[in-house]
Amino acid sequence: MSGYASGIVAILCINLIFAYAVFITAAAGQLNLGAAGFQAVGAYAAASFSNLGWTPGWATIPAAMAVSGLTGFLLAFPVLRTKGVYMVLATFAFGEVVSGILLQTSLFGGAMGMVVPDYLPLSSLVAGAVFATLLVFFLMATRFGLALRAIHDDDLVATVMGVNVRAMQVAVFTIGGALAGLSGALYAHHFSFVEAQYFNSTLSIFVLLFVLIGGTQTAWGPLAGSLFFTLVPETLRIGGSWRFVIFGAAIVLMMVVRPEGMITRTLVARFRRRPAAVKPVAITVGEPHVR
Amino acid sequence: MSADAMLKVEAVNKSFGGVKVVQDVSFSVARGGRTALIGPNGAGKTTMFNLISGVIGMDSGAITLDEARIDHLPARKRIGVGLSRSFQNIRLMPHLSVVENILLGQHSRIGGLGELFAPIGWISSAPARAEAMRRLSEAGVDVDPDAPVAGLPYGTRKRIEVVRALMSQPRLLILDEPAAGLNPRETADLSTFLKSATADGLTLLVVEHDMAFVHGLCDHTVVLNFGRLIYDGPTAGVRDDAAVREAYLGARAATVGGAGRAA
Repeated sequence: MSGYASGIVAILCINLIFAYAVFITAAAGQLNLGAAGFQAVGAYAAASFSNLGWTPGWATIPAAMAVSGLTGFLLAFPVLRTKGVYMVLATFAFGEVVSGILLQTSLFGGAMGMVVPDYLPLSSLVAGAVFATLLVFFLMATRFGLALRAIHDDDLVATVMGVNVRAMQVAVFTIGGALAGLSGALYAHHFSFVEAQYFNSTLSIFVLLFVLIGGTQTAWGPLAGSLFFTLVPETLRIGGSWRFVIFGAAIVLMMVVRPEGMITRTLVARFRRRPAAVKPVAITVGEPHVR
Repeated sequence: MSADAMLKVEAVNKSFGGVKVVQDVSFSVARGGRTALIGPNGAGKTTMFNLISGVIGMDSGAITLDEARIDHLPARKRIGVGLSRSFQNIRLMPHLSVVENILLGQHSRIGGLGELFAPIGWISSAPARAEAMRRLSEAGVDVDPDAPVAGLPYGTRKRIEVVRALMSQPRLLILDEPAAGLNPRETADLSTFLKSATADGLTLLVVEHDMAFVHGLCDHTVVLNFGRLIYDGPTAGVRDDAAVREAYLGARAATVGGAGRAA
């Protein structure tokens, strides 16, 4: 594989894990606009442990996931006191705070960043991406996943059905934090360098877009979103400096055509079932109280 | 009848701001019986349901289920002690399929983390799914179980919501206007279904406006008006009760004693 291609695959793997981190909370209806903060926590944790001389080199990965997962767990309590746009703002503020702390702390190299001694090859990134993908697909197929989707649709009814909404939300913030940390740790080890400026709010916005444009209804959404956002700008390179303009227009178009994301449940169901198994649904005219 | 009461509501009060929505209301629901809670619009029926199911908290009073206080329990724990409900406006999860909505009704029966993290989507023959399918067919719902509920006819969705409430295997089922918006044929079918669903001793409490439906289904009726209890007795006696007649005739003429809907 050429250096260019392997570079794209590496970014794709990191973006995919990162997208699943945001997806798992979005599946339960909570938008995280501070994901770069969690990724930074994972990246800097891995970088720090690596600089402390941990062996084997990969041991920093679970440790970094634990640190960022714990961060997600602890952040969940204040953040879950807010709802809707205020939650988005609270998570955004978290991302900014992390970035600010890293820039100001000389232990983490400040604006100079940190060199990461242990290198992890592309195969580790692919393994991480496969792990995150399988984990999220598995979770979404369980009663836990069903409860998350129920909270997304109607948290009051989910509560009446016996779902511990708060515990679920804390759990997904923890899992999401750990996955974002995984993406950050792999980034640190593969590119051998971390700097606070990289984990900025634009990155948080982009990963949220991966998920929203990919679709939050099924675990296929982040996969489609990451592929779209990673590969389309590359293929548009032939358009020269106009590529981000074309890309922006493509995003707007996508939101118009498929507001619920590229991959919806209906789309997945259509692929899964044979057309003959689909029963026609009667259309009743003039029925009252249709929501 | 208090000796054989499944649900007891005692001196319950609830105000929203300065408005007393429920005032000193006491009644009980007999074990294994079918009780109706009726009253003109704004009488506090849905508020009463929300208090019983814990969706909102009450100001004072006591609610007991089988002699045990439940009013201190949060809403999510009440289904675990055997209380299950439906909503006035259908509140199925629009992005979930029919069978997924039904499976959600089993959530309170999950034994532990092992069951919480057991995949249900991959094994179509799983016992949980089999139970969901059986309940659906018992309720006479003949639709593609994997279709999203959002596109289904109103009457079907209404029925699915009752099935979802039954999936928790409740002792007391409370339904908020199950017949609202149904045509006469669907209403009759629902009545038959609810009779068969409660045949094995399940206790039922319904809020309903359709008096023909109430007369056909419920042996006991409780009437609220402006947040106060005005009648608590056999359904057969409701139409002849002076206080009930005044409450309805004052608000809207030719309802009590007339056929069909009272409000």
